[in-house]
Amino acid sequence: MIVEIGHFALALALGVAVVQALVPLWGVARHDRVLAGVGPAAAVTCFLLVALAFAALVVSYVRSDFSVENVVANSHSTQPLIYKFTSVWGNHEGSMLLWVLILTLFGAMVALSRRSLPARLRAGTLAAQGMVTVAFLTFTLLTSNPFRRMLPAPADGQDLNPILQDLGLAIHPPLLYVGYVGFSITYAFAVAALIDGRIDAVWARAVRPWTLLAWVFLTLGIAMGSYWAYYELGWGGWWFWDPVENASLMPWLAGTALIHSTVVMEKRDALKVWTILLAILTFSLSLLGTFIVRSGVLTSVHSFATDPARGLFILAILIVFVGGSLALFAWRAPLLRQGGLFAPVSREGALVVNNVFIATACATVFVGTLYPLVLEMVTGDRISVGPPFFNATFVPLFVPLLLILPLGQSLAWKRGDLLGAAQRNAVAFGIGIVVALGTIAMTRGGPVVAPLGIGLGVFLVLAAIFDLGERIFRRASGWPAMLSRAKGLPRSAWGTAFAHAGVGLTVIGIAAQAWSTEAIGVVKPGERITSGRYTVVLESMLPRSGPNFRAEVARFHLFAGNRDLGIMEAAKRVYTARSMPTTEAGIRTHGLSQAYVSLGEPQGDGSIAVRLYDKPLILLIWIGSIVMSFGGALALTDRRFRLAAPKRAAPVGAAPQPAE
Amino acid sequence: MAAPATSRILLALVLGLAAAGPAAAVQPGEILPDAAMERRARAISSELRCLVCQNQSIDDSDAPLAKDLRVLVRERLVAGDSDGAVRDFVVARYGDFVLLRPPFDTRTVLLWAAPFLILLAALGFMWRRGRAMAAPASAAPLTEDERRRVERLLDDGKP
Repeated sequence: MIVEIGHFALALALGVAVVQALVPLWGVARHDRVLAGVGPAAAVTCFLLVALAFAALVVSYVRSDFSVENVVANSHSTQPLIYKFTSVWGNHEGSMLLWVLILTLFGAMVALSRRSLPARLRAGTLAAQGMVTVAFLTFTLLTSNPFRRMLPAPADGQDLNPILQDLGLAIHPPLLYVGYVGFSITYAFAVAALIDGRIDAVWARAVRPWTLLAWVFLTLGIAMGSYWAYYELGWGGWWFWDPVENASLMPWLAGTALIHSTVVMEKRDALKVWTILLAILTFSLSLLGTFIVRSGVLTSVHSFATDPARGLFILAILIVFVGGSLALFAWRAPLLRQGGLFAPVSREGALVVNNVFIATACATVFVGTLYPLVLEMVTGDRISVGPPFFNATFVPLFVPLLLILPLGQSLAWKRGDLLGAAQRNAVAFGIGIVVALGTIAMTRGGPVVAPLGIGLGVFLVLAAIFDLGERIFRRASGWPAMLSRAKGLPRSAWGTAFAHAGVGLTVIGIAAQAWSTEAIGVVKPGERITSGRYTVVLESMLPRSGPNFRAEVARFHLFAGNRDLGIMEAAKRVYTARSMPTTEAGIRTHGLSQAYVSLGEPQGDGSIAVRLYDKPLILLIWIGSIVMSFGGALALTDRRFRLAAPKRAAPVGAAPQPAE
Repeated sequence: MAAPATSRILLALVLGLAAAGPAAAVQPGEILPDAAMERRARAISSELRCLVCQNQSIDDSDAPLAKDLRVLVRERLVAGDSDGAVRDFVVARYGDFVLLRPPFDTRTVLLWAAPFLILLAALGFMWRRGRAMAAPASAAPLTEDERRRVERLLDDGKP
């Protein structure tokens, strides 16, 4: 019964979404306030209905209702409760439902946000969001219905894929989807602005919090996915330039550019057309990612052709929404008033350079990801574009960007002083150089480029801190004055500093991996293996059984030099329902570094193959991402974006804004 | 190995996580006694694609075919082949698809040139826009009507 209620709610949601997509626009066109005002109520209703459907699926999973096909295929009665719950989105159909849930959640949030939005903009935005919702609800209902019954019901399910039976599944997809799908709102805002033919600083200020929100979650989602892959897959890699990863990286890059360009638009009323285009492209890349991930097209053109129903449907969605919005852009963008003169040496000039490099990096990932596909379609030749290509092109594009980042951060709006900005960053730059040279001297004969990366990271972190310090200590005398200055600094300034420092930390973490070491060997109990700073001694092998798996656990004694760091365990598991093996790496955090042990095949004579890694400073990669997200979240709490702040009466553009 | 292979695909499809299964990859028995030669073997095999996997190098994959290729690479190195000769040998057998670093030729010239072309185009566009902006904006002269309005407004401002 609950399943049917869920199914029905989903179908009803589709009907409501159609209303949300069409009626507000109709109302705007007819100057009918009542019809134009239908959007918020429809958006909230739609969200509640999808939430009901989602809840129904959750109940089916938690209760292990094996009369539902989706539950049978992805769950098992012996699974721990948390994995029964996360199984809901550990499969195509359920994760599509989560996708739509978040899509409607954002629509409802715009509908309920008490920020004053021009009525036409709100109506247009909710209508555009409604159209996307209609498309994906139709897709879910027609090709990916999670509520299909299976009668007679089998006695038990087929279990969730063991690799997914991990806390990572509870964290990574929801974060990633909020980010991925959150950009639908910026897209909807852009489409609404194009329909309306008006775009100004009010638009930029309305869009920025949503962009920031989506970006914060996407950053966390990608970082958590990377950490999950790192510890789950067992060979210590953390980024693979896999098409599926690229699919999430592209919207992140475009979103990063968008955050920066909306600042220019808000402060200087410039870059309008470009910002609108970026807002459209960012969500288009999210859609492209969905297509890439769901259709299997990148595995091979041929595997796509064998089961084309879903792939073709998403391709159609992609063409309609990307093509439609770009056509609208081509038609309406010339009407948008170009504004804002600006000098090349200025904060806004630096932000343009930022956009040029990030957009180029994004385009490079795009070309690299899709090139094999296009080449195969055109000539039939199959080539691979793998990590070596992306490392060779992406890194050279990002390094200059990061080198000039601190300059842009300390340039003033309108007319910057390049020499002054360089002077303000000279100390940070000097320390960065010293660190790089020191690292080269200390690691003689080691990698040469990596120390420069470490220096660059240190430069970025220090420049962010110093810039903040400048703003607080400049001309201030005494602690109370400084404290009040620190308090008076806009949250977005703190956010900028944290985000940029986070980039620096991540760069240090990535560069440090040049010194990661690996040892592969066969050990018996009592024998040791050493890699870098770490040595492990195999204590014993013992069998263990979990709720739905059997495991062979290897207990190691870990040493860093002569220091005893205690016991760590690595395991190989076999999940009984699918009789599928997984490796559980043993990971010990030691400062910011990690010792990482992963098991290979048992050799028969009581010994086992073992790989031990020393991963220096690797945690900085993810800590940096978290600091970046924290910066984004801080900026989100800036006074001028506070979503709930009632600001009805404020006349547009009347309040002077504090400089960032 | 059918189960892990499908799971990899499923995982990739569902989650946006790197497509891969539990891996042991390079086995202790495969490692060459000569450390320098082993380093070369690792470098070469990290740029060769495992043909039955999703976007994994043979260095990262535990598929039997990847193991065969790893052993093959090491055999060629021991036989005295240069790195390039080993790569050519593998390409002769499996085609360019096996190279994770696409070769630079007429088919891939656009791929390799893309980053530079895009950056040049973007910088060129920026430069042109910058010049257009730097040129003194010639404000259209006020019409008679507008001039009167300005005067009226200015007059209003006076006490």
